[in-house]
Order: sequence, then structure tokens, then C-alpha cells
Amino acid sequence: MKPHTLSVLVENKPGVLSRVTGLFSRRGFNIESLAVGTCEEPEMSRITIVCIGDDAQIEQVMKQLNKLIDVIKVSDITENDRVERELALIKVTAEPGSSRAEIMQIASIFRAQIIDVGSRTVVLSVTGDTEKIDALEKLLRQYGVKELVRTGKIAILRGTKTVKSAK
Amino acid sequence: MKTGAKILIEGLQREGVETIFGYPGGVVLPIYDELYNSSLRHILVRHEQAAAHAADGFARASGRVGVCLATSGPGACNLVTGIATAYMDSVSIVALTGQVPTSLLGNDAFQESDITGITLPITKHNYLVKRTEELGHVIREAFYISRTGRPGPVLIDLPKDVSTKEIEYEYPESEQVNLRGYQPTYRGHTRQIDKAIEMMMEAERPLLYVGGGVISSNASAELVSLAEMMGIPVTTTLMGIGAIPCDHPLNLGMLGMHGTRYANYAVTESDLLIAIGVRFDDRVTGKLDTFASQARIIHVDIDPAEIGKNKRVDVPIVGDSKAVLQEMRERIQKRKEYERWLSRIRTWKEKFPMKYPRDGVLRPQFVIEQLSELLAGEGIIVSEVGQNQMWTAQYYCFRHPRTWITSGGLGTMGYGFPAAMGAHFARPDQVVFDIAGDGSFQMNIQELGTVSHYQIPVKVAILNNRFLGMVRQWQELFYDRRYSYTELPAVDFVKIANAYGIDGMRVEDTNDVRPALQAAIETDGPFILDFRVEREENVFPMVPAGAAINEMIGGLNE
Ligand SMILES: Cc1ncc(C[n+]2csc(CCOP(=O)(O)OP(=O)(O)O)c2C)c(N)n1
Repeated sequence: MKPHTLSVLVENKPGVLSRVTGLFSRRGFNIESLAVGTCEEPEMSRITIVCIGDDAQIEQVMKQLNKLIDVIKVSDITENDRVERELALIKVTAEPGSSRAEIMQIASIFRAQIIDVGSRTVVLSVTGDTEKIDALEKLLRQYGVKELVRTGKIAILRGTKTVKSAK
Repeated sequence: MKTGAKILIEGLQREGVETIFGYPGGVVLPIYDELYNSSLRHILVRHEQAAAHAADGFARASGRVGVCLATSGPGACNLVTGIATAYMDSVSIVALTGQVPTSLLGNDAFQESDITGITLPITKHNYLVKRTEELGHVIREAFYISRTGRPGPVLIDLPKDVSTKEIEYEYPESEQVNLRGYQPTYRGHTRQIDKAIEMMMEAERPLLYVGGGVISSNASAELVSLAEMMGIPVTTTLMGIGAIPCDHPLNLGMLGMHGTRYANYAVTESDLLIAIGVRFDDRVTGKLDTFASQARIIHVDIDPAEIGKNKRVDVPIVGDSKAVLQEMRERIQKRKEYERWLSRIRTWKEKFPMKYPRDGVLRPQFVIEQLSELLAGEGIIVSEVGQNQMWTAQYYCFRHPRTWITSGGLGTMGYGFPAAMGAHFARPDQVVFDIAGDGSFQMNIQELGTVSHYQIPVKVAILNNRFLGMVRQWQELFYDRRYSYTELPAVDFVKIANAYGIDGMRVEDTNDVRPALQAAIETDGPFILDFRVEREENVFPMVPAGAAINEMIGGLNE
């Protein structure tokens, strides 16, 4: 049982996301994270799904996804050389004074940006892989994380390889 | 200029539809108005569930797409059981539902229900048509998706304004449907087929395990031909009955929970299981790790997701049963003798034949046997769900594919009677019987209205035990005979039939069975037979839930 990253190319049609997520819940598969957006093809979207399961379960997930008429291609890119990113927005309690300076310092170590400064809070924006964001969140917790918003993971293959429909 | 409703009706006709089953309501008024002077025949059922089952029975008996139509909200929701039934058994139907106008969608408008959302998990695909301009194309696609690949139900939801709007439209003569996300594989991989053949050559105890996929791909002839050429015995699932004639020497009958002892023994001892168009359902396999545990497994199916879903497979072959069986046959170069295996099976067959007491008591198995003899395995037999279904599977001798119609996957009580109506429209030349239980029959008994109205010559043989028999059987065997809510009071079905203007007969004595069946067959219109059978008869053999399939109760030759 380990996390698998699936890259799923779908028709950009209404309801396609609920077809995909409905399938997961119906068949008892768990989604760890999900990110969806338009892609290089105008009428398609790409969904990146992270799910946990053994090999047989993942194979079944992929086969079931492939059966959906609006799903064009499903690739498990877990074993491929790839880059992955998540984005997180973190609102941290930052009273003017020393803690604010410390937070700024931590932000710069993590190459996070301060995108909003309030009288008692700052908002950080950070991108990276899951571990990096987890680490940053952990560090910031001592100051008080008031709110955390995180996207699902997106992933892309390195080099010339792509996840595309075989047309 | 054409309205959406007109485009719909024309589209159906272009797809070869002659008969649809439906029930009207507010938002489908424009469609019904178009039907009023159309040559398309519409059968008015008495409950939308029956429309879906009738479309399904039509599809199974004919191999074509069945069509049903309902209004929005309650009408659409009443189709749900029928759609789920078709989905579980991979039956090609197109369900048309009315919907509130697009301007009201999502408003909880009167009789609005999110039927595309509701049917998402029980359709192969579904559509909410938002523009009349898309409609023709959607119809094409829906029929294409429904009947190709692994068949299944497709639903089209039609808001009222989409039906009323007028546009310039010509249904395309032969528009190629091209869906980049849907490309079924029909031809099996040659290398895999060769590997399968190699395994057949190495095997000593091969067994063909075939199911509904062989029926739906019309592969019976290819199956029988391969079995005969190689001398490999065949067992069928409930859905595969009819793929090989019942009395074929290589046929072992049904396997699984109520399968024959010899079929289940054969699976258990087989060293090569050749699974075709099946899905290793739990009612077939019993305890999964002991199922065919000595066998290598070849699995042919058009749906890749079925291969390896429940059981590890040695040679997966994705493809259409017919195409794969044909190619297998062509590529086989040698024959092999499995004489010892066949003689072992013959011994089992002789030792554990299917039988029941012949003691003058009116038993349900006797009724089915008599009907089987009378029709000589011809005719179309539909069943309800429960003991009636299992006895029919066990005791009726089916000789042709698509003559046995039953709800296998979902096990829907009330399926049989309306499905039998549909089967009649598919094969008007055939006698159609619904073998029913008194419980199941009462689930769609209102269809007496439909068969009477159109004089649909469906015969119903009720095996009336005044119990929800199959549940009672489980209570008897596993719950200490505590018959909790499974006893039904007597109903005079003949009187009910008469009230609808339908003839019927009550039968209480074995001697009257044959003449009564004869009378039903000879009647031109519908006919209801109320057989007052032994009340606590059980279906045997039986594999208790969770047991290995060779651990059966009953069916021993005492
Ligand atoms: C719609 C539906 N409800 C409940 C069941 C559960 N069930 C399975 S068999 C059965 C009893 C069927 O009784 P009857 O139709 O009289 O047939 P018999 O078993 O007596 O032949 C029941 C209640 C079902 N299969 N379908």
C-alpha cells in the first residue's frame, strides 16, 4: 500500500469530475488528493489524483476509470521520473515584533512568499512537494496557524515524455 | 424546422427502433404529442419500472437496443430499478426521461430530480441534453455506446424546452461515432490466444466456464464448436444458460450456489479453467480462495476491468467472446484427448443427477419439467427472482441462446412479467412464459393491465407457495425455521386476472399440470396459471454462503 499518482486526461464536459470522484467513493477507493484544471488541449482537462492502494487495487481503479466514456487516458506515473508541486496558502498569527521577523525568516528559507500582511496576521504562499509544505506548516504551528488552504498535487513527467491521448 | 421532440422520434426510428415502452407526464407532453401520429409503436405500461424491464426483456430476447420513456421526477425515479437491473446484467437499453426546462434546472422545480446524478453509478453513460442542437448527435452516441463493447444502459435526460424548441435539422445519414475515450477491443491478442491454446494442450482437466458475455456477443455456435472440437466440458453461469444446449453431452449445467454437483466438482478439480464472458461473481465462486484452486485460469472478456477483478488470472484476453472463440478455433492445430477427465465427470453425472421426489405431490420442479417437455425447449422463458428462478435454471431444458431471460446480477423481483412483455415484442413468433413466485408476481402485478390492453400473449406460471420462498428457505436452513415475515396470505390470482379480462386457471393436482399448460399455450392472448405447489420445497443442491462450492447441501443420491 503506497500512494500512487495518476494522471487522468478527460473530456472537458459537465459532470466529468463527479463521474470520476463518484467512481472512487462507490468502489471504495480513497482519494488522497485531487487537482483538476484545463490543459494544453482545448477540449480536455487533466486531473491529477493521488490515491493509496495495493497494486491490484490501483490496477482496478485505472481500469474502472478507463471505462468512463469521458476519460481519455489514465496513466500511473508513480514510477516515472517526474516533478510534483502543491500550493499552500497559510495564514499565521504574527503580532508585530519578534515573531513576525521570525516568520519572515522561515518564509524566506522555504522560498515562501508573504502575500498579505495584516495587523495581526500574515499570509504565506508556498509551492513544493508534500514534504516541504508539511515541514513548513509544522514550523509555523508554534506561532499559530489560523487557516491553511492546500491544493491537490499536480505532477508532470520530466524530459520529453508526456501523458497524452493516443490519437 | 423541427422540434426536439420530432428530432427524437426520427432519431429513434433511424436507430431501428419500432417499439418503445413508456408512461407520460407533464414534461414529456411534447414527445407524446409527436408520438400521436408517429409510426413508432408505444406501449403504455402501468408503472415506469415495467417500461425499463420491458425494454430490457426486448433487448435480451432480440440482441437489439430496448427503449423506455418516462416523465421527470417520479417517472424517472421509477425507472431506476430497471436501469440498475440492466446495468448489472450488461443489457443494452436507452432510457429517455423528461426533465424540467433548462431555466428551472437546479431549482427544486415541480417534479425535478437529478436523474443523471441518480443514475451515474448504474448507467454505462448518461446525458443531460441542454441544447436541441445536440440532441441528434446524443441519440446516435447513446445507441452506439449502449450496444457496443460491453453493452449497458444509457440514459438521456431531456428538458422540456429542448423538446419544444424548433431548429433546422437533418439526422445525419451515417455519422461515424468517434469517441476518443471509448474504443472497445474486439479482437483478442493473438499471442495471448496462442498461450491459451498451449495451456489447453498441457491440461488434463480443462473446463469451459461461460456466462452472459457469450450470449450477448452471440457466440454460442463458436463456443459449442470449440468445446466439441476439443472435447472440453462446459459449465454455464445463470446468465450463460442457453449458450450450449442443455442436453449436450459436454454440458454440465449451471455452477455456483445452486449449480449441479458435477459442475461444482468439475470446477474444484479442474486444472485449467477457461472463463469466457463471466465475472467470477460471488454467487458463482462461493469462497474465493477455494474456487478452482487447482486450476490455471484463462479469462476472456470484453471488459478489461473484469479480468483479474476477483481472481488472479494466468492468461488474460481482452476481446469479444465471439471473435476470440473463432480465432482460438482457427489457431488450434492439434487435438488432445481428455478421456479420463470426461469419464470422471460422467461418473459424477450418474452419481449425482438433478432430481426431486416424484411422489404425486405438486412440486414446482415438476411444473417446470412439464413445460420444458411441452415446449421441447423452444419458446422464451423469463423468470422472476427466488426459488422459481433457480428451479427454472435447473429443470428447464434450454436449447438456444436468448431464450432464457432472468435478472441475474441485481436479482430484481418483479422483473419477469414486464420483461416477458418486452420479449414478446422482440420475438412475436415465440411462446413467452414468465415463471413466477407469488411474491415476485405481486411486485409488478399491475402489468396485467398492459397485457390485457394490448392482448400481449404472455403466459404466467405462478409457482404459488404462499411464501417468499427463497428467503423462507434460508430461514429454514440457517435461522432455525423462524419464518419472520416471509409468509404471504393466499391470493386468488385467477380472479385478479379475470378482473383485467384475462383468462386463468388454478392447478392443485399434478395430473392437471400438463393440460393446464397446454391450455395456456393454446390461448391466443395472455394467460395466468396459479400452481398451488408444495409450500416448503427447497432449492438443492445449495452452497451455503461463504462455503467452498464443492461443499453443497442436498442433491445427494440417497
Ligand atoms: C425487489 C426485491 N426485494 C427483495 C428481494 C429479496 N428476495 C429474494 S428472493 C425473495 C423471495 C421471492 O419470493 P417469491 O417471488 O414468492 O418466489 P419464490 O422464492 O417463492 O419462488 C426475496 C424477498 C429481491 N430479490 N428483490
